[in-house]
Amino acid sequence: MSQFILVQTLNGLSFAALLFLLASGLSLIYGVMKIVNIAHGSYFMLGAYIGLSVILWTKNFFLGAIAAGLSIGFLGLIMERGFLRKFPLQALPQMMITLGFALVFRDLAFLIWGGDPYSLPCPEFLKGSTKIFDVVFPIYRLFVIGMAALVALCLWLFNEKTLVGAKLRASVDDHEMAGGVGLNVPLISGCMFGLGAALAAFGGVMGGPIFGVYPGLDFELLALGFVVVIVGGRGSLKGSAVGAILVGLVDNFGKALFPELSYFTLFAPMAIVVAVKPTGLFGRE
Amino acid sequence: MAFVVLVLLPPFYSSYWITLVTQMLIYAVLAGSLDILMGFTGLSSFGHAGFFGASAYVVAILTTRYQMGFFTCFVSGVALATGISLIFGLLVAHATGVYFLIITLALGMVLWGLAFRWVSMTGGDNGIAGIIRPDLGLPISLKDPLTFYYFTLVFFIICLALIIIFVRSPFGHSLKGIRESESRMKVLGYHTWLHKYISYVIAAFFGGAAGVFWAYYNGFVSPYDMELTASIEIILMVILGGPGTLIGPVLGAGIIIFLKNFISAYTHRWLLIVGTIYILTILYAPQGLINLINDWLKGGEEKAETEGVT
Repeated sequence: MSQFILVQTLNGLSFAALLFLLASGLSLIYGVMKIVNIAHGSYFMLGAYIGLSVILWTKNFFLGAIAAGLSIGFLGLIMERGFLRKFPLQALPQMMITLGFALVFRDLAFLIWGGDPYSLPCPEFLKGSTKIFDVVFPIYRLFVIGMAALVALCLWLFNEKTLVGAKLRASVDDHEMAGGVGLNVPLISGCMFGLGAALAAFGGVMGGPIFGVYPGLDFELLALGFVVVIVGGRGSLKGSAVGAILVGLVDNFGKALFPELSYFTLFAPMAIVVAVKPTGLFGRE
Repeated sequence: MAFVVLVLLPPFYSSYWITLVTQMLIYAVLAGSLDILMGFTGLSSFGHAGFFGASAYVVAILTTRYQMGFFTCFVSGVALATGISLIFGLLVAHATGVYFLIITLALGMVLWGLAFRWVSMTGGDNGIAGIIRPDLGLPISLKDPLTFYYFTLVFFIICLALIIIFVRSPFGHSLKGIRESESRMKVLGYHTWLHKYISYVIAAFFGGAAGVFWAYYNGFVSPYDMELTASIEIILMVILGGPGTLIGPVLGAGIIIFLKNFISAYTHRWLLIVGTIYILTILYAPQGLINLINDWLKGGEEKAETEGVT
């Protein structure tokens, strides 16, 4: 029994690591632009597909992850500068545009990579498994947990300790005042959109060896990312981390204990949080 | 003209067109029901296909396993959709704007996940096939596409009339007030939470009613009927036609269903086209086609008047 709990907890945490990479971008974008990016799950999926192609071509896992992050980050920047910029501070039209892009991306991915599910090859030195308290556990999953923790640390340092981070926090707190004191808020928004997209794509490559990439992954993860943001609170980095861990664990235990109702088990904690604190655990009004 | 096209001409249509127009009518009811929320209350729901699918599943399960008749199926399908919305409404009615949208999306995915993974009840990915059209005890059989078409037309007219009465009632006007400024309505003493809750439940009620007809029309129900892309298509119908006009979403439903069937005969790139229509609509016709046409007609009149003056 205790072994079961330990394995499921580790599995849940590795899933939470991926959810964090996805949701931190969603939350960042929400913070600066007050929109929810419907194409965010698509970045995750496209990232995994691009990573797959680059890995098969160069035989290097990390090159794949970097290429996916950079190209999707650039794609996000183009979307923000070319389309979303036309509707400043109008949440609904902006989101409808991201929705249109999500559908286009989904179909393009289907056109290019086809409908078969793929699994990304795991880097050679991370193959195999290790023993933790009598429980055999794959090294790669531990690596993913560590990687997400590293990203979280970098994001936190960036946000709290650097000048750009301070400018970002200022734009999140008060859009108009930040512009009034001379910050280039549109540029900050564009860069944050790109950064969020790059993080999601990076997460897609990291998740590739665990659950692969297939059509439909985009919206499945989008919904989970939304649950993380609802539970953790919008625009909060800490909220994304705590929300991701909660959702990752609940989803894993739910799938293990009640496989037929797995989606439904996510619903209960979300409902409780929404009922008790509508802004999420760490969200502000 | 609508009367001629919908009531008098169908006997002369080919069977392909009759089934296509039937499908348009069912989706028109669905788009109209979403318009209560999107257009009149100002809340964009991304999980509306969930109610549609839930009641379709009820019909599928009751007819294929228990051989229930039309009225039992209709009542229980609509009751389930309404019941779910009564529970979900408690969670979503507090939310506004973007937040409403994320919660409804997540809840819609919950329903989809249930349909997809609860294999013993829903058949999972395979769906449930073999739903036969109901026997109403009338001398005519609904198995004939034309009779089923007229049956659906009656349903469409009743639903649309009810929705029109609803949005034109004092209650409907207070919903519009919430759309324009919720804080002002609160100050005026309106119980805005309850208004939004009721609006959500009514929308689910009509969405569920459309789902019952969809199950009978299609004869087959699968998780794809309540996927996120299905919800997105309904939103597109409303936005393309013009939110808050009712006739717009009905028109939008007709256009989208026509395009879907027409284009899928030539290419499988349907989502690519829906996505492009979305982006183009937001960029060039953000108020919807109906308002675009109205503006254009008004613009033409004004132009004629000024020309008359000079």
